[in-house]
Amino acid sequence: MHIVRMEGLNDFAEWRGKARQVLAAGLSPDQVEWRMLGDVGGLLDQPTPLPLADHPVGSVPRQFLDLAEQAICHADPARFAVLYRLLWRLQADGQLLQNSADPDNSLLTKWTSAVRRDSHKMKAFVRFKSIVDDSGLERYAAWFEPEHYTLERTAPFFARRFDGMVWAIVTPYRSAYWDGESLAFGPGGKRADVPQDDAVEGDWKTYFSSIFNPARLKVSMMKSEMPVKYWRNLPEAELIAPLIRGARQMEAEMIERTASQPPSRHLRQQAREVEGAEDVGEIASLADARAAVQGCRRCPLYEHATQAVFGEGPEHAEVMFVGEQPGDQEDLAGKPFVGPAGQVLDRAVEKLGIDRSRVYVTNAVKHFKFEPRGKRRIHQRPDGGEIQACKFWLNLEIGLVKPKVIVALGATAAQSLLGKSVTISKLRGTPIALADGTTLFVTNHPSYLLRIPDVEGKAREQAKFEADLLLVREAIAGLRKTH
Amino acid sequence: MAALTLRRKLAILSDAAKYDASCASSGSEKRNSVGTGGIGSTEGSGICHSYAPDGRCISLLKILLTNFCVYDCIYCVNRSSSNVARARFSVEEVVRLTLDFYKRNYIEGLFLSSGIIRSPDYTMEELVRVARSLREEHQFAGYIHLKVIPNAAPDLLAEAGRWADRLSTNIEMPTDIGLETLAPEKKPSEIRTAMARVRGKLDEADPDKKAKAAKPKFAPAGQSTQMIVGADAADDGAILHRAAGLYSGYRLKRVYYSAFSPIPDASSRLPLKPPPLMREHRLYQADWLIRFYGFDVPEIVAGGEGGLLDLDIDPKLAWALKSRQLFPVDVNRSDREMLLRVPGLGTRGVDRIIATRRHHRLRLDDVARIAGSIDKVRPFIECADWTPGGLTDDTRLRARLTPQPEQLSLF
Repeated sequence: MHIVRMEGLNDFAEWRGKARQVLAAGLSPDQVEWRMLGDVGGLLDQPTPLPLADHPVGSVPRQFLDLAEQAICHADPARFAVLYRLLWRLQADGQLLQNSADPDNSLLTKWTSAVRRDSHKMKAFVRFKSIVDDSGLERYAAWFEPEHYTLERTAPFFARRFDGMVWAIVTPYRSAYWDGESLAFGPGGKRADVPQDDAVEGDWKTYFSSIFNPARLKVSMMKSEMPVKYWRNLPEAELIAPLIRGARQMEAEMIERTASQPPSRHLRQQAREVEGAEDVGEIASLADARAAVQGCRRCPLYEHATQAVFGEGPEHAEVMFVGEQPGDQEDLAGKPFVGPAGQVLDRAVEKLGIDRSRVYVTNAVKHFKFEPRGKRRIHQRPDGGEIQACKFWLNLEIGLVKPKVIVALGATAAQSLLGKSVTISKLRGTPIALADGTTLFVTNHPSYLLRIPDVEGKAREQAKFEADLLLVREAIAGLRKTH
Repeated sequence: MAALTLRRKLAILSDAAKYDASCASSGSEKRNSVGTGGIGSTEGSGICHSYAPDGRCISLLKILLTNFCVYDCIYCVNRSSSNVARARFSVEEVVRLTLDFYKRNYIEGLFLSSGIIRSPDYTMEELVRVARSLREEHQFAGYIHLKVIPNAAPDLLAEAGRWADRLSTNIEMPTDIGLETLAPEKKPSEIRTAMARVRGKLDEADPDKKAKAAKPKFAPAGQSTQMIVGADAADDGAILHRAAGLYSGYRLKRVYYSAFSPIPDASSRLPLKPPPLMREHRLYQADWLIRFYGFDVPEIVAGGEGGLLDLDIDPKLAWALKSRQLFPVDVNRSDREMLLRVPGLGTRGVDRIIATRRHHRLRLDDVARIAGSIDKVRPFIECADWTPGGLTDDTRLRARLTPQPEQLSLF
């Protein structure tokens, strides 16, 4: 049996150096005993000289070094030996760490997560107390008792966080200091080494007790996240027992204290509201309609859409394009035809020489209908009931804008305008006279063009779409001549 | 009227803020104070500095700038008709408290909300002033979460996002009807429009791989919202459906579900009973399954009865018990998607199973070590030395896996 003595509690470089030597000497884990400084040993408690055999030392995965560096901070006295056993076994099986079911491996995982957790809890539960010296310089000091040897790992976090402060963290085994420029470590200390009081602690306790909702008492949850072992160094912890004791009573009082007379300020406020309340009368203009449509409840679509998307364009446009419904982007922006389909429409209109500034664009249905799927909203076609319900708004727009020509883009728009479901291919290419004297053209929705996968088919449909728009342009020109 | 001390204001304005469930301080950019002479850092994952006896983490100084409010939302303790004590912090007071608390390592940063005073713009401007002062005058690099006041001007929103890590706009109620009944001055479409604007700004600030110049940052920890559960009649299906719509529409990081808690001086139109905490818990579990486990809303809701989640068992187990035809799952062969649907296995456990089975076929012991506990898993899996036989379809399985009712604590 060979004894290896460790000087440090958590010095990874030391362990690594010694483990390499032992490994090079070819000693198997059961031939080595790892001792810490101060361990009580028997007669054999003297480091034994290593045999001279010079076995080759293989390499280990980087992952092992990372994990071992954490695990060595664990307080378990077996840590040095178990790490050596893993090192030994890794020589024969380089994939060992991937085997989560291996007992040594589970131990390594358990230790590293305990160390990470302890380090995390230090970040959370260190409580600095302020000390102002005679020169007016403010310094901060904290007493903390980690469960493992985690100060060295965690102090750099405090240096990054509290750059502009001078601070010290004292633990039983070591202490850390930051002077505003560099981090230094010294010997461990005692609780009495840091001040007991702090001027702001009273405010903190006030906050702690006020933010607690007595109607939601969940003590076990609190204890699992803030283990009782840390409480003795948390100033707020002394409030926990009285808050728990009083919670039932406080909750009962909250429930019993029903509404009293509202304060006079509230009544004055309400009076002002009533005076200033807007008169929602008849819808006489596009602006009225635009405001009113936001309150629309004619079908259930309002519930999940962002907002109603009303039409846009000049008040007395010659031509009105009617699409299906706003899409994802239109819904967010509150404007019609701002997405990809809108760009297809704009390009075609421009190419064919229709004056875009004299075009009013809107949709048959004003709210976006979709199905949520993960991070996206998948467009869904409005049904007959929704189209019918929204016809009210489209009729208003037609009545107020009084276009000469209406272009239905796609089947939904055509269905809305004609009051029945139709087939685009049968209706396109021919003007349809509507009862109110306007001329209706029917064509595809521009988003249809976006969805055609093959280049040829796309070009063919694009040409048909443009031919339909050409008819629209001619119709407008014809109207100008006759007037 | 005698002036209130800072401590008294703190008591009033943190009490007024305690019904907001949001507490996260994670998911922001990595940032610290090195070389600035200031204080503060964010390292991706947030830190909970304390826990209240309600089991909720205290990560941020969560306060209102003021609890005066012109609105009269029935569910809110700060509504204008309520007789609670009122107070208002100055911008400087909030800044000082935040720095004082932060320097003692009590908090990760500030969560600032406010009652609506004068106008939405005025209120939002005040919130923005606090954040601007912390960042510009004090080089504060800690976490800042600002509440968006719906209907505030878009340029105020843009500035808020410049200083804040996270912005949130509370949807408040699962249904529009619910909101309009309980919060007559709030307009659901205005709330959603505010979220849409934040999303637009988040999209603009999204790093573009091709562009060389860094874009101006905007709320790097994204946006979140809160829904109150149990103040109106909406069922869990409606709540989860609403949440799914919000996640997909506005790129929300989180939807917080807040069990409606009795408030002092409550309106007689509210349910005056203890908050449905278990229901809230189940909703969080369901939300988690939807976001990280590939479940969709109808599946989760079908695990319960009549639009409500099962309160006795978690939603994944509830779903599995109703979908037994899909089980048992062979842990040595099944794909990740199906393994994620096994009750008792989480994403990490599934990753470990997949890594380990490349070496050898897993036995029940191996799965137990990886999963931490095997009782819930056993009836739903097959492995090298285990097959559940009739256990999967056993009619008493649900009873076996349902925790026994606990004796109520005697406080």
